[in-house]
Amino acid sequence: MELLGKTRIDFIGMRNISFIISAIISIIGIIGVIQVGRGAANMGIDFSGGTAMQLKFSKPISIADARVALHKNGIAKADLQEIKDGNKLLVKMAGAAVGKPSEMVQTAFKKEFADNAFTVESSTEIGPSIGDKLRKDTLVASVLAMLGIILYIAWRFDFKFGVGATLATMHDCLAMFAVFYLMNKEINLLFITAVLTIAGYSLTDTVVVFDRIRENLHKNLKGAMNTIFNDSINEVLSRTIVTSLTVFLAAASLFLFGGEVIHDFSLALLIGVLVGTYSSVFVASPIVAILENRALVNKPKVA
Amino acid sequence: MPKETGWRISLIAAFVVLSFLYLTPTLASKLPSWWGTFLPKDKIHLGLDLQGGTHLVMEVDTQKAIEGSLDLVATDLEDTLNSKSLRFKRITRSGSDKVTVVVYEKGTADTVLKLIKDKYPAYEQSPTFDEGGFVAMTLRVNEKDAQDRKDKAVQQALETIRNRIDQFGVSEPTIQREGINHIVVQLPGIKDPQRAIDLIGRTARLDFKMVREDISPTSGTIPDDAELLKEKTVDPTTGAVSEIPIVVQKKPMITGDLLTDAQVRIDSQFNQPYVAIEFNSLGAKLFDQVTAANVGKRFAIVLDNNIHSAPVIRERISGGSAQISGSFTEKTASDLAIVLRAGALPAPVKIIQNVTVGPSLGQDSINKGLYAGLIGVLLVVIFMAVYYKLSGLIADFGMILNILYLMGALSALGATLTLPGIAAIVLLVGMSVDSNVIIFERIREELKLGKSPKSALDAGYDKAFLTIMDSHITTLITAAVLFQFGTGPVKGFAVSLSLGVIINLFTSLIGTKVAFDLLLHNGKVKKMSI
Repeated sequence: MELLGKTRIDFIGMRNISFIISAIISIIGIIGVIQVGRGAANMGIDFSGGTAMQLKFSKPISIADARVALHKNGIAKADLQEIKDGNKLLVKMAGAAVGKPSEMVQTAFKKEFADNAFTVESSTEIGPSIGDKLRKDTLVASVLAMLGIILYIAWRFDFKFGVGATLATMHDCLAMFAVFYLMNKEINLLFITAVLTIAGYSLTDTVVVFDRIRENLHKNLKGAMNTIFNDSINEVLSRTIVTSLTVFLAAASLFLFGGEVIHDFSLALLIGVLVGTYSSVFVASPIVAILENRALVNKPKVA
Repeated sequence: MPKETGWRISLIAAFVVLSFLYLTPTLASKLPSWWGTFLPKDKIHLGLDLQGGTHLVMEVDTQKAIEGSLDLVATDLEDTLNSKSLRFKRITRSGSDKVTVVVYEKGTADTVLKLIKDKYPAYEQSPTFDEGGFVAMTLRVNEKDAQDRKDKAVQQALETIRNRIDQFGVSEPTIQREGINHIVVQLPGIKDPQRAIDLIGRTARLDFKMVREDISPTSGTIPDDAELLKEKTVDPTTGAVSEIPIVVQKKPMITGDLLTDAQVRIDSQFNQPYVAIEFNSLGAKLFDQVTAANVGKRFAIVLDNNIHSAPVIRERISGGSAQISGSFTEKTASDLAIVLRAGALPAPVKIIQNVTVGPSLGQDSINKGLYAGLIGVLLVVIFMAVYYKLSGLIADFGMILNILYLMGALSALGATLTLPGIAAIVLLVGMSVDSNVIIFERIREELKLGKSPKSALDAGYDKAFLTIMDSHITTLITAAVLFQFGTGPVKGFAVSLSLGVIINLFTSLIGTKVAFDLLLHNGKVKKMSI
């Protein structure tokens, strides 16, 4: 079976549109990263410090009631989120000290909802010093991971391909930030893990495409640069799609059935796989094509 | 059978057998007793997020340990000068690293200076200076000693916490030092986390101090050698907490480190639990002396700077046993006995991270993770079989091998499986067939060029090799970094991911190739099912 027969799509010709789309995504992503850096985005308590609790009530509970109950008992600032499945409530309080807030929440709910018993399914309390350390560690980890990948690409490919692959990888990471920022999803350690995983993974597709472009460049030195690039991408298009599809299927089952703990994590992976596939065709390759074309134009002048 | 296939098959089979061997302890609920003697016993541990439990990070306030030891030096100096009849105005700890001695005249100062030099050679001594008409000098802890003492304090805190946890009774706890002054405690499957946290985090410094009846707690000015503490009492019927301020002598008569034992007893008269304590010989002697000299006066039992009770000494108590009574429940009495037995922490600890997962959520996560994994595997298996027919099934076989080997390896390493770890395995299901997809697509191309199945197969594997290596290495780089920096769940993710990626190289390049070689080796196959 084949998903696609022989295709003849002019990918490089679409670069004006794709670059505009990618630029918009990247700019939103950069804004997201800046907001994260300023701590203004929806930060997980593992970075900001604070308390997060997951409570399971015996009867349905409305967020509005819960908020009023907390307010009455002196907890003014809390993020509440409802998990539909099984009367669960997430309570998040940023920047608070360890110990006290979790007790206050429990006392408040016990008092206000005397007829609706609850159990604490999980609670996470993180002091500000841990949050700081984790933020620094994560930054170092992200820089190291990106550096490692860039070094590997630089060693495996020549400069022009290296630039394309690196930009595409960054584009993918930024896109994940952009989507999470726009959806106001929580930026936590698991999200960063997903981003770094995708940074490693998205190269797979890029490498598949690049290997073929390089092969065809060696075989055919006379043809027009854009034609060689387009032919190469079309030749490997079905494997680009199929490899992404298999990972997409796995990530989708995590997203749909994996439970609330890894729900956002798998969402990030899904976005990453999609964007990673798009970027190897629409970002990485056109960039290399432009660089190769420019090199071709410049050559006679030098000679 | 074609050449070179034999050893590959043996290798694959050997790994399968090994994986099952290593997996047995994880899967079997009970192993025969002979198993452990010559077969692997390690198994995959479940992370706290899966089995429920508490993960604590505590920070030891090491500065307080230094201050504590300086307080001791000050007391000791006081005693020494008193015994030598050297008159001094005051000896106190000043700031966080100094003891200041103030005497009345230059002559005494010189003697004290010499005495200090002999007695505390490790301290940096200042020359004498004038302080409001008196002669003063300071002793300062040097930087290296301070570091040593801090280090010891953390070590000692770790031991004390370990002791307390052992006595509290938690199965398979993990207690580790992390960094300079952090202690990480993991308590899997714990039922009452708050009680355990209170027990571990308590400094449990026990002091017996004389009550200064001569100073009114409301007077506002309290002399240097006394301090204002509070006695908290809870009304058993209303639950109302009341605080009574009491002024006590700053210097304790007896301290908790002279205890040898502490046990919970029940008062036969009022059926109330109390804690019976037992002093060592020095403690017993001191206790005897103090009680003999102060009959009719009150002394305060001070726990972590809160007065637990302040009874009147009715008679001289010799024999070295005493009791701490008060409004105890059986639990609070037994917890107090544990902390007194295990000893005080050398410095206060602060809980800076507390992650607690209830057992029901853990079980829920396991179920959902496994369910998602199963569906992920099914989707990929079906897709591959439909899209690549027989070859797809071979890739599926490679993927199953991959999962089996990975589980075997995790168990051999005694690794900890977390929910993100399960997610990594599910993700690997998708990634592990990718290598084969790349190979198969190449084979399809070669077949289109009119090559025979056998040579198309070889060309496919050859040409795809580098591409596959690239994609694996980049994933490995990020997995390694995540492993280095990640904690808990993220580390579990990195372990599963990196092992899986390495194993995948073997299963996709060697495992599936063998299956194809067996299929095509006699050259009779005219058409490849791909």
